[in-house]
Amino acid sequence: MTEATQTGQLMEVPKGVSLWQDAATRLRKNKLAMFGLVFLIFIILLCLITPWIAPYGYEEQNLRLGATSPSAAHWLGTDIFGRDMLTRILYGGRVSLFVGFIATAVALVIGVTYGAIAGYAGGRTDSIMMRFVDILYAMPFMIFIVLLMVVFGRNILLLFLAIGAVEWLTMARIVRGQIQNLKHQEFVEAAVSIGLSSFAIVWKHLIPNALGPVIVYTTLTIPSVMLLEAFLSFLGLGIQPPSSSWGLLISNGVESMEEYPWLLIFPGLALTLTLFALNFLGDGLRDALDPRSSGD
Amino acid sequence: MKSLLEVDNLAVHFHTRNGLVKAVDGISFKVEAGETTAIIGESGSGKSVACYSLLGLIPKPPGKIESGSALFDGKDLLKLSERELRKVRGKGISIIFQDPMTSLNPFLKVGTQLIEPLQLHFGMGKKEAWAKATSVLEEVGIKNADKRMDSWPFEFSGGMRQRVVIAMALITEPKIIIADEPTTALDVTVQAQILKLLKDLQEKRQIGVLFISHDLSVVADIADDIVVMKDGKFVEQGSRDDIFERPQHDYTKKLLNAVPTAQKPPSESSAKPLLVVNHLCTQFSSNTPGEIIKAVQDVSFTIERNEVVGLVGESGSGKSTLGRSIMRLVRPHSGSVLFDGREMTEIEGKNLKDMRRRMQMIFQDPYASLNPRMSVYDTLAEPILLHKIANKKGLDKEVFRLMDSVGLARESVLRYPHEFSGGQRQRIAIGRAISTKPEFIVADEPVSALDVTIQAQILDLLLDLVSEFDLTMLFISHDLGVVRYLADRILVMNEGQLVESGTTDAVLNNPQQLYTQTLLQAIPGKSLVQNSQELS
Repeated sequence: MTEATQTGQLMEVPKGVSLWQDAATRLRKNKLAMFGLVFLIFIILLCLITPWIAPYGYEEQNLRLGATSPSAAHWLGTDIFGRDMLTRILYGGRVSLFVGFIATAVALVIGVTYGAIAGYAGGRTDSIMMRFVDILYAMPFMIFIVLLMVVFGRNILLLFLAIGAVEWLTMARIVRGQIQNLKHQEFVEAAVSIGLSSFAIVWKHLIPNALGPVIVYTTLTIPSVMLLEAFLSFLGLGIQPPSSSWGLLISNGVESMEEYPWLLIFPGLALTLTLFALNFLGDGLRDALDPRSSGD
Repeated sequence: MKSLLEVDNLAVHFHTRNGLVKAVDGISFKVEAGETTAIIGESGSGKSVACYSLLGLIPKPPGKIESGSALFDGKDLLKLSERELRKVRGKGISIIFQDPMTSLNPFLKVGTQLIEPLQLHFGMGKKEAWAKATSVLEEVGIKNADKRMDSWPFEFSGGMRQRVVIAMALITEPKIIIADEPTTALDVTVQAQILKLLKDLQEKRQIGVLFISHDLSVVADIADDIVVMKDGKFVEQGSRDDIFERPQHDYTKKLLNAVPTAQKPPSESSAKPLLVVNHLCTQFSSNTPGEIIKAVQDVSFTIERNEVVGLVGESGSGKSTLGRSIMRLVRPHSGSVLFDGREMTEIEGKNLKDMRRRMQMIFQDPYASLNPRMSVYDTLAEPILLHKIANKKGLDKEVFRLMDSVGLARESVLRYPHEFSGGQRQRIAIGRAISTKPEFIVADEPVSALDVTIQAQILDLLLDLVSEFDLTMLFISHDLGVVRYLADRILVMNEGQLVESGTTDAVLNNPQQLYTQTLLQAIPGKSLVQNSQELS
């Protein structure tokens, strides 16, 4: 790849020059982040192939069995209807992870774009755009969701969209603040004087420099979205039994915490471990995307 | 007579994760009553660490005083306990810090801050302390001192704040004052006032001053004794005259030569001007509603092809705004900017993009003007691709060619800005500016954030590039010495208006306007410039 001539002068630019490729190299060196990534991929794969590996059906009841503690037949025990917990956690993960990632992705895309435009444009455009955000903020979240459900009917995809449509507000504010600070820096002026278009300036110069807080907030959004889904399900607006999600399992588990602790412990463990992995990965990503942190 | 302070063979090392850093390695100096000892060195030379370690003001660990002694008042400062040192800090030795904007507590009134050490060290009553503080404030040249005691720090200008900081240092009647680059953050005319104030106070009170600076021209006017440091090591010591007229060490000579005192020979000008600025006005609305800041007011001038024009003024004079208005980084309010016959204030879209290729800008702060997330390659490739200077195939070659012409090692092509020193970063920024093959460059204080030896290298690079690529340049600076080094003509700005213009020679040697004269009077190290003139 790198070729040096006899004079020691480099004649070709070594490969792998983009920020993202560079970040990937740095991420690979971060053990904790790599552990998080591998764990996440493992969980996601497990959830994807659930229908083929799950020992029982998720709605398969065995009322005579009732709630039993972990055993050879049911590794993680059964719930009060005699349903296998391992199966229900695996199926629940499908929903929870799907909600978490899709809703967060929606929030990320809308929030970053919206915030970046408002922050860079400034002036009246910014005022109007941010007042709109304020109005949405002020709207009671539950009414918003209920309205959506009433108008469009109960639908899991709609649920993702609704959650995403609420979570992007904070993201937009964070990004706008970052961009406002950054846009007066000289390197942005330098980009203007080179003749770059506003789009290129926002995309190539501003957003990469605002990513640190965005990534941290994203890793915080995923769990909060998962819990939000549990809350909605608990209210009867989200996932309904016999379908399951981690949030739903946990809120059910809390009710019978004293008699059947495994109903709370195992779904709780699944959620906690996933969140740990996400946090490690998020921290790693943030560091990897900042060339300055690679010094030591 | 015994010296006030005698530092002998001081060594301070830092034990960091990345190994041992010998910040100060065997330095000796003396401070006499009523005299100024200057410690000179570039940033990172350990000059501040040497002085701060005397008062126990360096972080320990990682810092550790390895050896040496510092005799003050019959005691070795380096062996005192923290408790004893605290007494010395206020009463015996005080410090004036570099930046007057951050060395005062913004949430306490000036008077409250001034009387604090009096109550602490002398057990004075509030009334008595207040009276004493008022008199000291008067002594450092603050008018209406009794009223100003009740002001907040933000109500003072930079120069006035530094006076307050000096008053704070003086109030406990110390025997020694350590002044750590006390004028670096100030404008040149204010700097001259502060230096004079320090000198007067020192003579009146017979204080010993330990003056830390990177700028030889500043100490030329005030130092009695000079110590030169480099990389923590002692280089040379001598009286002011010894150092300036008979420097022994190569490094000292290099430092002296780096002070730009030479003057550029005038270049020929062609018939048709490249840039014509006519009655240009730029204004901003301020935070107070209804108030308008007129940054540039009715400025007209022309720049010929292949000419280097220096634009001089203090901060706030509107010189940067003028440069940015010409570049269309800010939109002028009225007036016209004709670049090669085309009106710059009106054009948009593709035409504007095309004009941007032909005029480029170099910014002051090489730490802020480069995107921290773009490698040298990305930074240089971006304008090349945008303006189709080279295609994808020829891109690498073009990037290397640029790096060669601004003196960057090709091996560092994939490095990020933070891996470079200030001077190297400015080289990257210059590379970016010339990447579009422009005809005209606005350089906004491109060397004022750099050390003096680096400054000289960058100035020489700019001069080389000007002749190599037939560039025309508007060089904005507050430093007349720098402007003199490379400008054919000089424009002087004050409060948004052009007050004087003419050839470099005419403006510097025969200034017509009062403002230009004060500006010239204020240049530090005038004696230096005069010496070099006599020599040449």
